[in-house]
Parts: sequence; C-alpha cells; structure tokens
Amino acid sequence: MSAREAILQKARRALADVPDVEPVLDVAVVRPAPERDRSREEVVDLFAERVADYRAVVERATSSTVVQQVAAALRGREPSAGAGPLRILVPPGFPPEWVPDDVEVVHDGPDVAVSELDRCDGVLSTAAVGIADTGTIVLDHGEGQGRRAATLVPDLHVCMVRADQVVPAVPEAVAALDPVRPHTWISGPSATSDIELDRVEGVHGPRTLHVLIVGS
Amino acid sequence: MSGTFLGTPAFPDAAREALEDSQLRRNLAHATGTIRTKRAGVVGEVDEWEQLRLAGEAIKNRVLRHLPDYLEQLERSLTAAGATVHWARDATEANAIVVDIARRHATDEVVKVKSMATQEIELNDALEAAGIHAWETDLAELIVQLGDDLPSHILVPAIHRNRAEIREIFLREMGNAGRAAPDDLTDEPRQLAAAARAHLREKFLRAKVAVSGANFAVAETGTLTVVESEGNGRMCLTLPEVLVSVVGIEKVLPTFQDLDVMLQLLPRSSTGERMNPYTSTWTGVTPGDGPQEVHVVLLDNGRTDVLADPTGRQALRCIRCSACLNVCPVYERTGGHAYGSVYPGPIGAILTPQLRGVGSDPQTDSLPYASSLCGACFEVCPVRIDIPEVLVHLRGEVVEAHQEAARLPSVQDMAMKAASWTLSSAGRTGAAEKAAGLGGKLAAKLGRSAPGGRAVLGALPGPASAWSDSRDIPIPAEESFRSWWKRTDGGRSRTEETAGDRSRTDDTAGDRSRTDDTVGDSSRTDDTSGGRDEA
Ligand code: SF4
Repeated sequence: MSAREAILQKARRALADVPDVEPVLDVAVVRPAPERDRSREEVVDLFAERVADYRAVVERATSSTVVQQVAAALRGREPSAGAGPLRILVPPGFPPEWVPDDVEVVHDGPDVAVSELDRCDGVLSTAAVGIADTGTIVLDHGEGQGRRAATLVPDLHVCMVRADQVVPAVPEAVAALDPVRPHTWISGPSATSDIELDRVEGVHGPRTLHVLIVGS
Repeated sequence: MSGTFLGTPAFPDAAREALEDSQLRRNLAHATGTIRTKRAGVVGEVDEWEQLRLAGEAIKNRVLRHLPDYLEQLERSLTAAGATVHWARDATEANAIVVDIARRHATDEVVKVKSMATQEIELNDALEAAGIHAWETDLAELIVQLGDDLPSHILVPAIHRNRAEIREIFLREMGNAGRAAPDDLTDEPRQLAAAARAHLREKFLRAKVAVSGANFAVAETGTLTVVESEGNGRMCLTLPEVLVSVVGIEKVLPTFQDLDVMLQLLPRSSTGERMNPYTSTWTGVTPGDGPQEVHVVLLDNGRTDVLADPTGRQALRCIRCSACLNVCPVYERTGGHAYGSVYPGPIGAILTPQLRGVGSDPQTDSLPYASSLCGACFEVCPVRIDIPEVLVHLRGEVVEAHQEAARLPSVQDMAMKAASWTLSSAGRTGAAEKAAGLGGKLAAKLGRSAPGGRAVLGALPGPASAWSDSRDIPIPAEESFRSWWKRTDGGRSRTEETAGDRSRTDDTAGDRSRTDDTVGDSSRTDDTSGGRDEA
C-alpha cells in the first residue's frame, strides 16, 4: 500500500465516530461580525498610526508630492558601491513619474540575477492592500510591486499605498486578495527578539521601511 | 515521532536539573513574563477575541473531523497549481523524500526556515548523514545550531543563552560554517543580528534548495503560508530554485478565507504583536517569481494516532503559538529541555505522549504529570484546546498501559516522584495548591458523595478509571489554606468572591495572565457547576 493510501485509510478509521455529513453541516463556523462604524478617514489615520508603531517611517502624500518625498527618503543614504548615484530597483508597472531623476534605475525582471538585487541600495514599489487594525501592507506582486525577491533583498523599501487601498481589518484584506497570486504581508521592518528579547530591527529583510500613503 | 532527545531523563529528574540552572530560570522568567504582558495588551484590544477563538476552534474541528477529504482536496489543488505532493507515514519516509530531492539537484547544502515539523523528524541529522548540510536561518536556530545545542522554547528557542554566550558562539563557530563574525563583534544585540545577516546572506544567495514547514495549508486553493519575523523565511521561500515544505497533515484549513481568523489569532497569541513582520503565502509555482520547483511533503508521523482518540484529538488544533508555554508555572520554572521533546510546555505534555504512544518510555509517560492542572493554558489557547482535560485523560492512559504490563506500582511511584518534585519548594507548592483548588473544581464535575457527605472523586470514565478506581481520592479543597490566608489577610477580611474569581486574585505567573481572559474563565466555572448538579 502506498503511504498516501495508508495515511488516508488510517485517518478514515480514526474518525469512525464522526457522522458522515458535509463538513460545513457537521461543524458551524461563526465569525465575529465586521465592524461598520468607522469612517474612511479614521481607517486611514489608524493605518498610519499602526504602521508607525512598528518603527517604520510613515508619511501622507499626494500623487504630485510623491516624487519629492521619495527623493527625500533616499537623501543621505550611502551608495553601497561607495560612490556615484544610488542604485534603485524599480519593478515593471511602477509609475515612472514617481522615480526621482538623480538615481541609477535598475529595472527589475526575471533576468535580473539575485546578486544584482543585492547590489541595489533600495527598491520602490506600490502595494495591493493596507490593513488599518494591524498596520500591515500586503503585496500581491502584481503591477508596480515586482517579484517577491525585489522587495526583500535591498536594504531600503519605499512603499506607496493608495489611501483607497486601506481596509479596516484582516478579514476585508483576505477577501480582497486573489489566492492564486503569491502574497507578502509586511508589518514594519524585519525584526528579531531572539537575543534576550531585545527587539532589533532588520535582520534579513529591508532594515528600513518607508511608507507613503497617497491620496486621502 | 522518533525518540526523545537522546538520554533525556524523565520529567521530574530533568526538571530538577533545570531548576538548578539559575540562568535558564532567570532568562525564562524574563521571556515568558515579557511575552505574557505583550500578549495580554494586544489581545485586550480585540473586543471579539472570544468569538475569534471559537471560530478558530470550529475551523480546526471542521478540518480534523473530515481530514481525509480535505487532504485529498489539498492534494488536488496543489497539483493543479504546479506543486508535487508527497506523503510520508513517518520520519524516515519524510526524511528520505527530502534527501532524495536534494540529491537530484546535486547539492550538498540546503537552507532552512525554522519548522517544528522538520525538528520533529530530525531532518537535519538525516541530511547530514547523506552528506548534505542543513543551514538553519532563523537567528535563534542559528544560535542553537552553532552552539550544538537544543532549542528550549517554540518561539524563542535560544532563550537559555545570554548575549555574552551568543557572542562567544558566533566568534568561535561562524568561521567554521561560512562567513566568520567580525573580530570586533560586541555583545550588543544589534551587532549580533548584523553578524547573522552577513553570515547568512551568502548562503541565501547561493542555495539551490530550501526546506520549510508551513503554518497553514489551504485545501480549497493549495495555498501554503509561513508566518515569521526576520525575513529569513522570505529568503528561503523566494530565492532558491527548489522549495520543499514539510507539512503535518493537521495544518490544513478548508478555505482561503479561513486564513483571516488564523492570521488574527496567531500573531497576537504568539509574539504579542498585532501582526508579525512578515507573512508569505504561495500557491504552487508562480512563473517568473520564486522557486520553479515546489514540493510539499504531507507528514503523518503519529498524527493519525492522535486523531483516533476523540478526547486527545483536539491537540491537533494547535497552531504552535506558544502562549500556553508562557503562562505555565511549571514551564516557567523548568524550561523547555526538561520535556525531552521538540514540543515543550503544556502542549508538549499532551502532544508528545500521543504522538509517541504511552506505556513504553518512562520519559514520555511522565509528561502528562508535568502539570499542575491550573488551567491557564486553556484560557490563553487561541484554538481553545482543553489541555487539562487531555492531561487527565492521558494520565489514565498511562496507568492503563502500565496495568496491562502488570507494573502499576511503578506508575504510582512515578506520580509520587512528580509530586515530590512539586512539593519540594515553597513556590511550587503555592502554584500547585491553587492548581489543586482548580483541579478540585474540575473534579467536582465527575464527583460523587461518600458516606458522611464528603465529596470524593469517583471513577472517571474510560481509561482514566484505572487511575481513580484503586481508591477514592478526596477532592482537593477549592481554595488552599495559603491562598485563603493571602486573600483574607489571615482571616481578618472577608470577601464575597466566587470560587472562579478567587483564583484570579492570586498573583502567580499563571494566574496573572488569566485576568485578560475572563470569558474563558467563567465558562470553566459554568462547566464545573453544571457538573456538580449531576453529582
Ligand atoms: S496548545 Fe494552544 S496555546 Fe499552546 S501552542 Fe498550541 S495553539 Fe498555542
């Protein structure tokens, strides 16, 4: 007998006491009702506050101020190459008008080697969903967000979230996502508390997360 | 599940050793205390927490009660999404599958994300035996691996090490495993983390094959999920060409939407955060993004045995948050190593004996006694596993197994040994006395009256009857003398609290956490009084 058959058969025997009915009829799942009394503004404000709680940088922006704010976020960072302009990774579909002029743009794509990503000083991306309750940004790696490695390997991630993408809570976010796509949920910069429970930001992911909430 | 950590003595002996290790005790007390406070804060923010717990419990029950159907659905979804599904009856089969995949890619190393399932099957040893290095990439696991050590806590496995020791381990061992730590490394956590970042980055960029576990596997869509903090998970799940995920068969969720309940329960219960820094989901192969060869190993290794026990089955709901460890007075004082298993603390005390089976190994058989039945673990558990109920049930199984082998006295010996360990210190006695009070309330559910009206614990149903048949056990007083003394200021004050409330006013570690979970608390009290009517 194959391992598959053996496991399934053993599991069936183990559950002899369970009536043969549809799982949804056998066990009811009652979720808490979604809360409805928060205004758009409150939700976006809460999102900004909760993202900042993770020690990420959060700013409000309009589509015309984004480019200056991105430039300001990059200002003062040392190029890892030692000299010259910062090398900034830009995913396909990212709005070109949001990319400052004084950087060296690396256009991401499947052919860009991982070692090349490691030489980038930062990455710009958009997002799919923002979650107010938890201060979470969800990427579905579609237009403007790049493949998963793009927003992981460089040490700085500047992420543009449109205000109308922010939902109140986790259930709304899960409902808005397409399961077929890969997702990355980001709540602040990478962190560890493994050494005597002291929180240290930045182990493997970007050590700086800079979030611009675009629009109102 | 393969054997205990080799040579681990039975719980009371191991616990005694651990109690003597004052650094471990200090670090653990600090860790569990800190996480407990954080958890209470973020759980308190969620008004509907109890409904979420009920939903989490129901989702997992739905899966477990219909597991074969969901496993078949998961297999279909994964296959349709481009993943290859393997089934493993036990550790040996699972390890062989992973070794074989690594060999086919002619690699002598794999990178790993921390995973309880791969620790359980001792995958690293199997890979090592096949000449393949398994690099642990979680900071704590790296510390444990470089220190040639055992993890002591599900969540913070290196909590038994302090920063000076970590610095020493890094300076001594990193060079042997790859990029050496800088000579001027201090013991500042930020510097230690930076050393780990540099050390591991070359491995991430080079590795061809990664091995992970999964927190959840969605039957409906074939989506796997890894919840983490550091980004090492994202590195492993994204950069290598080949990804192998070893997933216990109990990790299945019916639908993608069910992730919403779990992703609300897990981070708050686990690290005490509203959300953990990174959660990754992937559904088979995504062209042009991440590993283009994706394997999923569905692991049984004793889980179908657990499933066969209608009382013990609930242990499979566990989402490995470790909240029960952090509130457990026994765990706080002894640490994880004393449990002799990758699953320590209250969950380990019910899961390990079920995965391994009772009646053959004294270490395993002593685990159901590694508890004072105080109930704090149930109250924090995000999927409402009634750990005290399962502990009592398993004690009965242990006794029955030994009775069959005509070795009953040795079991009573064992229980007495555990008791002597508990009674040999004032602090532990305090916790145990209160526990006995709660135990008394639990017992009242099944109790009856002896001549003269004294309440005694009658025969327990099922295998537990072997434990209670031999004699009537007086029900412990609902409140111990010591806690009565404290509450009433030596009898000088009188309060009108109910029994349930009384336990909450006490101030041991276990009880403190109970203040944030009054719903759980009162439901236990209801249970008990309901039971008393039957008596
Ligand atoms: S038993 Fe419950 S509290 Fe303990 S680790 Fe599992 S899910 Fe968490």
